[in-house]
Amino acid sequence: MTLTTSDVVLSPSGDGPSLAPETLREMFRFMLLARTIDERMWLLNRGGKAPFVISCQGHEAAQVGAAFALTRGKDFTLPYYRGLASVLVMGMTPTEVMLALFARAADPSSGGRQMPAHYGSRRLKIVTQSSPVGTQIAHAAGIGLAERIKGGDAVVWTSFGEGTTSQGDFHEALNLAAIHQLPAIFQCENNEYAISVPQKLQMAVANVADRAAAYGMPGITVDGTDVLAMYEVTRRAVERARRGDGPTLIEARVVRMTAHSSDDNDRTYRPSSELKRLRQHDPVVRFAAYLQEHDLLGEDAERELRQTIIAEVDAATDAAEQAPLPDPETLYDHVYAP
Amino acid sequence: MPEINLLEAIRQGIDEMMADDARVFVFGEDVGIRGGVFRVTEGLHAKYPGRIIDAPLAESVIVGACIGAAMNDTLPIAEIQFADFIAPAFNQIVQEAARIHYRSNGDWTVPMVIRAPYGGGIHGALYHSQSIEAFFAHVPGLKVVAPATPYDAKGLLKSAVEDPNPVLFLEHKKTYRLIKGQVPDEDYRVPIGPADIKRPGEDLSVFAYGLMLHYALEAAQTLANEGVSVEVVDLRTLRPLDTRTILTSVRRTAKALIVHEDNLTGGFGGEIAALIAEHAFEHLDAPVTRLGGPDVPAMPFAKPLEDAFMPSPGKIAAAMRKLAAY
Repeated sequence: MTLTTSDVVLSPSGDGPSLAPETLREMFRFMLLARTIDERMWLLNRGGKAPFVISCQGHEAAQVGAAFALTRGKDFTLPYYRGLASVLVMGMTPTEVMLALFARAADPSSGGRQMPAHYGSRRLKIVTQSSPVGTQIAHAAGIGLAERIKGGDAVVWTSFGEGTTSQGDFHEALNLAAIHQLPAIFQCENNEYAISVPQKLQMAVANVADRAAAYGMPGITVDGTDVLAMYEVTRRAVERARRGDGPTLIEARVVRMTAHSSDDNDRTYRPSSELKRLRQHDPVVRFAAYLQEHDLLGEDAERELRQTIIAEVDAATDAAEQAPLPDPETLYDHVYAP
Repeated sequence: MPEINLLEAIRQGIDEMMADDARVFVFGEDVGIRGGVFRVTEGLHAKYPGRIIDAPLAESVIVGACIGAAMNDTLPIAEIQFADFIAPAFNQIVQEAARIHYRSNGDWTVPMVIRAPYGGGIHGALYHSQSIEAFFAHVPGLKVVAPATPYDAKGLLKSAVEDPNPVLFLEHKKTYRLIKGQVPDEDYRVPIGPADIKRPGEDLSVFAYGLMLHYALEAAQTLANEGVSVEVVDLRTLRPLDTRTILTSVRRTAKALIVHEDNLTGGFGGEIAALIAEHAFEHLDAPVTRLGGPDVPAMPFAKPLEDAFMPSPGKIAAAMRKLAAY
């Protein structure tokens, strides 16, 4: 099967994948959990308790849909700094996310060494990430290359923004992955802004996915606010990769519902009309409406779910805040592996 | 013991590690059917199908992909065709390979080797002659080795492949076929870290690595004929640096000369000079002296210019005489 852009006409109102109602509700739970944690992080930042937040808001459907198509504990993920929803699906807990926010010693991603949102866990096969963008795309290709050498059937999934596709590592890695037909899924989460720079100043093509043709791999542009479309497109890409048929570039069109980070003010470069329109594309609202419309999640059940999640995030916040900071004596730990 | 050259020693090291462990693979430009532009991997492509992999002409992903592969339970050997071309991979080496273990609080490791032929005196001009060690020896989390003899090269190569950390393995191009030495048939390792006193002496200590080690040995022989006893220390590993051997030597001889081909200012010799000044000051009978390449952007092509750039046995002997007479 060859994927082409024309294959992707999925939407919740159209020919969605046949997922069990409980799976759909679980997808929604992860989207809502990511949103709730994200909003809580902003509150903690504005309240002076967290020095830095970088957001996943608007990207939840793209990540949850994709991550549900992966096999937890087997497949590798290399998310970028907006990857909160994806790491939650892959097994990171709200408490672990909050431990990173507060830079606590027990932060599983880095022991409080990295800025928040630099997720990583060897146990969960979430590969540690840095801040220079795009480096992880090369790592993803290499993980695929190693999988080929080992004769395994794990796939590797990596995500990045559209600005990152200007980096050389994006080009070098996709080229390598396509040459060797490596089992990789490259997910570009295109929210149309790289901090303040709009897409039109980042590239002259209309879609990031258009670039896939130049590498000799399928490129698909998907409505990334549609969790079911994201699931289906990623599921096909994963099948393709596992079969040995090579990589896929998936461009998820998403919205960035916040400023770039807690240190940014997007009102200085985004028109207010655009900022007002963002809420109309909220993937969480969209999926909630879909579930209600299809009698998969009633109003009471949704209210109950929201309360459960808020309680979970409350508990995670408290636990993380009370956890000890790293001991200064550990500064020299792990410079070299023994 | 058979005598082989430094290039053959490295090839043997790679070959034996690949035979022992199916996780080891080589990734670099022209390493496959061509066996590398210097022939280091000659014959290995046919011997290890699928594990000697020609890379596209893109240094960042050569290193970046090997980092990913190292995190997926393989042991990659990346080859940068010439050290002069390593700059596009600087980000991957410094920001990623060197920092992954630290930034993940010990969760992830990057057991990989980056081989890079460096150095001049081979008519390579600006972009096939550079010495790059100072850029990378500055970086905690990275190990940097620069063997000078076939025995050390093979033993260090094997240690580098087995090391759980990223190791930059610097091979001086001019030593590849010029330098021959005895290498035992049996399996052995040279550990990363310890320096090696290649010539014991009493009157002054010289610290060098790579091709300059051999030039220093030649100059030391000249000085011996003049009645000056020179100790020549082969650093072998630049990071982590064997500070104990350096300080022990200079405390005994009371005079230190550091020689490298890289240009002087900000070169690795400054680090050794600072180390000696800080920890052996009261033992010194003369200023710590450095002999390095000139502070010009890189080595020119024309022979007179290249000769003028390269530290030579003659220049080193002159520096030794001056220091001995101080």
